[in-house]
Amino acid sequence: MAETEETPVFDPSLKKKPRKSVAFEAENGDEVNGAGKDNAEPQGLETGEGGEGKESEEGTAEMFKGKKKKKPKKADGDDEAPGEVAEFDPTALKRKKKKKPSKEKAEGDSFDAALAEAGVVPRGEGEEGAEDAEPALPEDTGDLLLGTGVWNAASTVDLTYPLLLTRFFTLLRSQHPDLAGDGRRSYKIPPPQVLREGNKKTIFANISDICKRMKRFDEHVTQFLFAELGTSGSVDGSKRLVIRGKFQQKQLENVLRRYILEYVTCRTCKSPDTDLKKGENRLFFVTCNSCGSRRSVAAIKTGFQATVGKRRRQQT
Amino acid sequence: MSIENLKVNDPFADDVGDTQPKNYVHIRIQQRNGRKTLTTVQGLSKEYSPKALLKAFKKEYACNGTIIQDKDMGEVIQLQGDHRTKVMDFLTDKGSDKMGKYALAKENIKIHGF
Ligand SMILES: [Zn+2]
Repeated sequence: MAETEETPVFDPSLKKKPRKSVAFEAENGDEVNGAGKDNAEPQGLETGEGGEGKESEEGTAEMFKGKKKKKPKKADGDDEAPGEVAEFDPTALKRKKKKKPSKEKAEGDSFDAALAEAGVVPRGEGEEGAEDAEPALPEDTGDLLLGTGVWNAASTVDLTYPLLLTRFFTLLRSQHPDLAGDGRRSYKIPPPQVLREGNKKTIFANISDICKRMKRFDEHVTQFLFAELGTSGSVDGSKRLVIRGKFQQKQLENVLRRYILEYVTCRTCKSPDTDLKKGENRLFFVTCNSCGSRRSVAAIKTGFQATVGKRRRQQT
Repeated sequence: MSIENLKVNDPFADDVGDTQPKNYVHIRIQQRNGRKTLTTVQGLSKEYSPKALLKAFKKEYACNGTIIQDKDMGEVIQLQGDHRTKVMDFLTDKGSDKMGKYALAKENIKIHGF
């Protein structure tokens, strides 16, 4: 998909820092790797008509329709967003995205299942895959959380290392989900509610809600959206943002994710609990409320904007 | 004689790495009417001939395009359709005979848009 390929460029300055201890950066790094892999693919898969970003995106959306378990949504329904209450987690989504275009995913679930059966863990699945494929369980394992079977205190079965490891991760996930996983806390903001107004405008209904969650001014976010999308728009009576052009929820989500990366999350501890303040000499600073680090952020620049719209009248 | 460790940057200093004006090449997308889009390439340094690049782009992506003189941004290449990633690949391809050693680093290109 077009967006995935861009990711490394969103914030090139990030990947220059190789410090692995900072999970946020590590995450970025592996995203870059993933994207690099993706970069190579579309050229191979290009089918003439699918070359353009948007078109191919829709094409793949069709292809993967069956696989989108989390968020079934119509390709371009006007009502896709408002009904959806599930929050979107910028980090989680990013991960999901990265995987989607990769080859082994494209093979379908059956392929994965076959791999799991064969005891092979698909690449990139990490521990979760390992857990599914856990081979060496004794016949009567019982329920880990209830403490039956081998987990019963009275049991005399020798607990192997893999078993204990399973126990550790199961307990960790169920009782301390924050500590489990790869160390990143999930940061949740509601998904953008996107409505179509007429044929040429898009309404971003819950922008003020999202801005409140991010603790940023609507104007700043709006400015970023317009600059990135190369468009303009206005705010309507109920504080909804009216954007010129057709945009899908997913596309706005992408831009928002980039906004969060640039202007919200702390790069040191990746906490989203930060403040954006104007510092000395007209620079903007993001100050972290959990670790106290402070970094300056670039001002939003619109850059070049081509004049689109009505063709200039030919001089005769 | 110098002690390497002492050269480390001041950890208490503010991180101002981002605002240093880097000469980014910006690749943007704009929607036109309907499904049509425009790709613009802005910020190429003087060593690159926009004319030659445009010619290569047009041929490679089978699209039309033009060069726009902007009073603030200089010469901007404008292409019809969304060719952002392809332009990016083109500009960073060290292997191609067109860019070769003049290929840009990925860090110096920013793709905008959705
Ligand atoms: Zn922090």
